[in-house]
Amino acid sequence: MSSDDSGAMSATSNAAGGLQADIQLRRGEFELDVSLSVEAGETAALLGPNGAGKSTIVAAIAGLLPLDGGVVRLAGRVLDDPADGVFVPPEGRRIGVVFQDQVLFGHLNALDNVAFGLTSRGMRRAPARELAQDWLDAMDLGELGHRRPRALSGGQRQRVALARALACEPDLLVADEPLGSLDVTARNRLRRNLAAHLSSGRSGGTALPAAPRHGAGDVPRLLITHDPTDAFVLADRVHILEDGRLTQSGTPVELRRSPATAYAADLSGINLVRGTARDGEISVTTDNATPSQPGRHPAVVLHAADTSMFGAVLATIHPRAIALHRERPSGSPRNVWRTTAEAVEPLGDITRVLLGSPLQLTADITPGAAHELLIRPGTTLWVSVKATEVELAPDARD
Amino acid sequence: MTGTTTSTSAPESPRRSARRLARDLPPWPVALLAGIGVVLFALPLVGLVARAPWTGLWTHLSSRFVVDAAVLSVVSSIAAAAVAALVGVPLAWVLARVSFPGRSAIRALVTLPMVLPPVVGGAALLFALGRRGVVGGPLHDATGLLLPYSIWGVILANAFVATPLVILTVEGALRNLDRRYEHAAATLGASRLRVLWRVTLPMIGPALGVAVVVAWARALGEFGATVTFAGSLGGRTQTLPLAVFVALESNRDAAVAISLVLVALSLGLLIALSDRWWPSR
Repeated sequence: MSSDDSGAMSATSNAAGGLQADIQLRRGEFELDVSLSVEAGETAALLGPNGAGKSTIVAAIAGLLPLDGGVVRLAGRVLDDPADGVFVPPEGRRIGVVFQDQVLFGHLNALDNVAFGLTSRGMRRAPARELAQDWLDAMDLGELGHRRPRALSGGQRQRVALARALACEPDLLVADEPLGSLDVTARNRLRRNLAAHLSSGRSGGTALPAAPRHGAGDVPRLLITHDPTDAFVLADRVHILEDGRLTQSGTPVELRRSPATAYAADLSGINLVRGTARDGEISVTTDNATPSQPGRHPAVVLHAADTSMFGAVLATIHPRAIALHRERPSGSPRNVWRTTAEAVEPLGDITRVLLGSPLQLTADITPGAAHELLIRPGTTLWVSVKATEVELAPDARD
Repeated sequence: MTGTTTSTSAPESPRRSARRLARDLPPWPVALLAGIGVVLFALPLVGLVARAPWTGLWTHLSSRFVVDAAVLSVVSSIAAAAVAALVGVPLAWVLARVSFPGRSAIRALVTLPMVLPPVVGGAALLFALGRRGVVGGPLHDATGLLLPYSIWGVILANAFVATPLVILTVEGALRNLDRRYEHAAATLGASRLRVLWRVTLPMIGPALGVAVVVAWARALGEFGATVTFAGSLGGRTQTLPLAVFVALESNRDAAVAISLVLVALSLGLLIALSDRWWPSR
């Protein structure tokens, strides 16, 4: 495997600012063998179920766990290469890590937590605190610098952790389940915040007004998560990790088009639809909808059970929640429209149907049902989705 | 869904809370033995208080004999606690964090003074560091320094018995500490020494505080090792516990007076620390 990898790596290594990690590790029975690269300015997501080895990869990249084999290279510098006897300890790596559950220092206030990395790298206390205050301001935490972590909310703690990691101007930002421990409201708010800080200008005016020199703009970013929504919303590239190996890598669109494993199929099929919500009606406005008459009428209106949300939203529909019919169905589902099947892909226990105009969605049905409905590319179908299956979250990229 | 919420938020019926209270009461044999235990510890205190020369208390306590012993006790016990922390914390760190062959043996060795009769400890110190001791002899010949029968001897004997308490407490705290805090500090660029100083020690601060205070209290009450290694020279090596022992022969009232002071000090300390040992839930 190593000869293949070195070839793949030299191909990407001209991205001097990026991360190239070829990680081989054995922990008891568990074996990890992963090749991963993140280019400068790119946000990559490492998506996998619990126990797949995500945290071990974080530890290996951060230098908390020496490799058994392989090599970790960041910004043109070799950080770990057991074959060559090279090992740079974590304090010498310039990798900002946002740990799961934040791991903020409980004996320091928020300001000193953010300043910790700066003073560790030799900055004097006063300027370090000034800079830390700028970072807190950029995270809308300007007033809370004196608070200890336990006096902050989960979302606030997460932003302090992000500020602490970014303040050192790392060569790589690693965020391990940054949204994992938060409740739904905090999650939605922070996802928006993260999108602003993680994206490389995709969201227009990338935040961090007060952040001096640079934000996270050209830094490679690695997001570790088990939540496909986080991965697909926040990342440019998604790597799927199962049982210590990468089973698939690609853009969110590529993964959705051709998932390689059942797990990938399950994760990547999640339909994300952007739109504007008003009283439980979502006017679908973005790329999912076919722009029939741009600027005039929204292509599709989706009904959602949640009527509390207004403005830009992200609607999530699970592919299994979409029912397909040959005739116009009558019944309780509020969302019914006519469409055509664009592609039909058998994926083992399920058959995935990619639906075309007016709203490109992925639907998973049983192979039996697909056979009975005689679905082929070009088949005209009726789609029904219950309003209760349309889940809403504020759009992170708003 | 709504059914479960109402049942959990409904006020508890009085019968149920009464039954819960009954479950907190101990069975009678437990209550009886626990009561005997309390009497066992209270009785000596009662004896001391009953025998106390309340009217002449101040005269006894301000005598030269007592003041000298008190000053020596305070100085030597604080110094011993400092030595215990200085040596004990690094030892605890090594025992908790470094895996090496013979670690159990080293841990047994450095905590031996906790189970050793203090007199034996003092005698062992004497054989090692006395004027004719294995190390003490050459040391005296070379520098003229003589540890036994000096305040240095008192401090050393006290530290000898007090350090194991620091080692055990701090090692336990280090093992319970979530290593990820140290990992986070390292990824932020902190050197290993800075991690120890700025993260590890502050985070085990409460345990460290308890360890040092307990070590100090142990040093303050130390008798056996001190009397064997440093003797009981009035004004030089005679600490408060030694003074009590001597006074029991010559001046019983003074002995009781000193004892009362030591009891009050210890009791106050224990009450002050009880919140740290048994945090109220």
